[in-house]
Amino acid sequence: MSSTSFIHENKNIQEIESVVIRFAGDSGDGMQLTGSQFTNTSAVLGNDISTLPDFPAEIRAPAGSLPGVSAFQLNFSSSDIRTPGDQPDVLVAMNPAALKTNLKDLPHGGMLIVNQDAFIDRNLERAGYTSNPLEDDSLKDYRLIKVPMNTLNQNALEAIDLPGKAKEKCKNFFALGMMYWMYDRSMDVTLEWIKKKFGKNPNVVEANSQALKSGYYFAETSEIVSTHYKIKPARLAPGTYRNIMGNQATAIGLLAASELAKTPLVYCSYPITPASDVLHELSKFKNFGLKTLQNEDEIAAIGAAIGAAFGGAIAVTGTSGPGLALKSEALNLALMVELPLIVLNVQRGGPSTGLPTKTEQSDLLQALFGRNGDSPIPVIAAATPSDCFYMAIEATRIAIKYMTPVILLTDGYLANGSEPWKIPQFSELKSISVKHPEHLNEEQKFQPYLRDEETLARPWAVPGTKGFEHRIGGLEKENISGNVSYDPLNHQKMTDLRKNKVRGIVQDIPDLEVYGDQQGEVLIVGWGGTCGAITSATEKLRKQGLEVSCIHIRYLNPFPKNLGEILGRFNKILVPELNTGQLCMLLRAKYLVDAQSLSKVQGKPFKISEIMEAAQKLYSKDQEVKNVAGSR
Amino acid sequence: MSLEAVKAKNDNNSAPIKLNRKDFISDQDVRWCPGCGDYAILATLQNVLPKMDVPREKQIFISGIGCSSRFPYYMETFGFHTIHGRAPTIATGLKSHRPDLTVWVITGDGDGLSIGGNHLIHALRRNVDLKIILFNNRIYGLTKGQYSPTSEFGKKTKSSPFGSVDYPLHPLTLALGSEATFIARTHDTDVKHMMQILEAAGKHKGSAFVEIYQNCVIFNDNAFSEVSDKQHRDDRSIQLIEGEPLIFGKDKNKGIRLNGFKPEIVEFDSQQVPENLLTHQSDLEDTAYAYMLSRMESPEFPIPIGIFRQIRRPTYDEMVQSQVDNAIQESGRGKIDRILNSGDTWIVE
Repeated sequence: MSSTSFIHENKNIQEIESVVIRFAGDSGDGMQLTGSQFTNTSAVLGNDISTLPDFPAEIRAPAGSLPGVSAFQLNFSSSDIRTPGDQPDVLVAMNPAALKTNLKDLPHGGMLIVNQDAFIDRNLERAGYTSNPLEDDSLKDYRLIKVPMNTLNQNALEAIDLPGKAKEKCKNFFALGMMYWMYDRSMDVTLEWIKKKFGKNPNVVEANSQALKSGYYFAETSEIVSTHYKIKPARLAPGTYRNIMGNQATAIGLLAASELAKTPLVYCSYPITPASDVLHELSKFKNFGLKTLQNEDEIAAIGAAIGAAFGGAIAVTGTSGPGLALKSEALNLALMVELPLIVLNVQRGGPSTGLPTKTEQSDLLQALFGRNGDSPIPVIAAATPSDCFYMAIEATRIAIKYMTPVILLTDGYLANGSEPWKIPQFSELKSISVKHPEHLNEEQKFQPYLRDEETLARPWAVPGTKGFEHRIGGLEKENISGNVSYDPLNHQKMTDLRKNKVRGIVQDIPDLEVYGDQQGEVLIVGWGGTCGAITSATEKLRKQGLEVSCIHIRYLNPFPKNLGEILGRFNKILVPELNTGQLCMLLRAKYLVDAQSLSKVQGKPFKISEIMEAAQKLYSKDQEVKNVAGSR
Repeated sequence: MSLEAVKAKNDNNSAPIKLNRKDFISDQDVRWCPGCGDYAILATLQNVLPKMDVPREKQIFISGIGCSSRFPYYMETFGFHTIHGRAPTIATGLKSHRPDLTVWVITGDGDGLSIGGNHLIHALRRNVDLKIILFNNRIYGLTKGQYSPTSEFGKKTKSSPFGSVDYPLHPLTLALGSEATFIARTHDTDVKHMMQILEAAGKHKGSAFVEIYQNCVIFNDNAFSEVSDKQHRDDRSIQLIEGEPLIFGKDKNKGIRLNGFKPEIVEFDSQQVPENLLTHQSDLEDTAYAYMLSRMESPEFPIPIGIFRQIRRPTYDEMVQSQVDNAIQESGRGKIDRILNSGDTWIVE
């Protein structure tokens, strides 16, 4: 397929199963772009992939500083993979700060490619080096490859009419080109992308393309790397695939839900990391009849969504943890007036402003309980980047069918991470039924709280429908009529009705499936973005002959109906979470089981090995599981 | 009009049946204190709505929290009693999704200017087509008598026994600074004037902001004697009449003119109106004149009553809708399969 993928006789080519590469550089070095280009290219090549972008909250921290380091790790493989890899096999460090902050993750013997030109006194000093690590033997345990990227890149672009600064910016493509050669990737996807992106400026197209090619040919002709590697396409189920990031999947999922329900989507949001990309993505799709509102704050965003829901829209508000806290009062209003509403929370490290660009799953209890009064709200969580698509549709379905707000939890890891996705046929997705009452019998008065007997949902009568004029509000409602009521027994009844309505959803969600044996010694229980690491750990433990199984909970309120029964079939239960044990606490409280928490709150996803280690400990003796220790 | 009549109207699709006040009275008992100014406002709006040429089911009342915010329960329309200060947000979402509806926001000085101040200014600056009616009684009523953002400096209340040290804000100055396209003031003791103003607000296309001086008999009685006291009101307030000079006083012998950048009162023989009096004009793009009016306060000046500003600008909801319409017109109705299959794709066989 490729016009640029040469295999030269004089170089060794070695076939390997999978590789983990980490690109690290300054925030201004374009590492996220480099990583995502490598990802797309590898995806199109048919590898299975999983990615982990890791960038600072600051847009441009001082150049060359430690806080300014931005990294992108990707795992690509010819077999089925589920995580971006525990540790890199290859680290590409564009400057001393990137080396300093990332070297600890590179195992001894790992390949280390550095931009030699960046290791000048000023940068070394900024990174806190007292001597140049490229010269002082401190990197002797690694396969160090020094490449003067600035110089080589500058020489390659000499003839192009652009300022020196603009040329220097292309050096990430030089690095990318080198890696393309090393892993036998075609340059086509990236060359095409450059053309599209910079089409208006031919010199920039030329410079970036030239940088990419120069890196590629430099790696090929220089003796710097003796071997290059081939990773065959993964054996995936037949179909058409694309690479997808979680936030993209959420956005497209909401769009699909709106199409499935034949009802316009209104997405209301206030920019917040890491949820803003959903707003960006959806605001492109106006020709689907959808509207996106960027509101003045988080409360306004949910308020506008509630208003749109009152008017008959599929209304969604997207945010991250601190924003959910601000929305909690309005969320209870939506619950009280029983309007459908989808609240997306792309979780990040907390509490307070916390770690805006880092992942965590510590908003579970906030989603379930962070409101005044008895406030039952369905909560569901996506397990993988592409699962965000299906869970966005599911959130919409539940919200409309049960006339309730629904919280959809994803997280920073899912939001910005990516994986290959077998694209579904829209025609195969189940449609969502929307009913607005429009006709009343002669003597009938509209009763806004007269419920459907099966779902307990109230009717969704929208403004503009003659004869259906009615008032709703946050004060307690009289059953059936919806009039304001302070009657004690009515409040008891309405509280019970709201609870039972959400409980009843349990009949409408899939049972949990156990990965591994249906019963045994250890059950690993997960939810949210840890799915990949937990499943892979379970798989590896089982290969070692351990009786370990796992389940992944996507419905957190209500829990699937077979959860309690599954928990009872295992002797020990391990609950890995990127929080201090929130699901674990719920399981212990609800099912009276001695679940053990494996907690990690370092702004990073679990490594497979961390979960394996905890499960092994739990397996072998009655040892208490310790939290994941801080890294060096 | 009864439900049957509405349906009959639907069924035979005949000419619209004329609605009257009774059609807008809901079956809920009104629970404001006896003597509250809210009653007069409620009756006035129920009289205004039939003049709007908008079907009843397309009139929506949205409120926040406070005495005034109980309003929607008493209107036989679609209504939404929301949460404290947030009514403009819910109204913005509803109007953006449904530009076909006429959306009223009922709020008070606490709801709209204190807890909900942020939403108020943003709804106004976006020029969302909302009719925002702020009942200003300069006190917190529902929480039983604390000072509000419009209470006078030094006001003694339950929460300020030594006098409030908060400087009050001027609602109309705020509305002006927020780019509202319709700004007016009226008061609950002049039903006729209220009718005129509310009708004009209702028919305005864009964000309309009306401050109604509303008397709280329980916690702040006689707060607006400048306009309510029949004996003095002609001397202490001034009616803004389009194209007319700014003249007030029982004998129509006082006027407002400019001295440099400042207004000043000039007295004259009512037969000989001086030529240099300011003439009222509400359609100025420039806000300086309206700003000056919004700062005129008792006792130095008469309180202006009427429409301060009324200009036309494209509304938020219109523009949101037209972006959608244009996108569909330019690139055709979106196809979901095309979005699903966008980006770099590959086939596994």
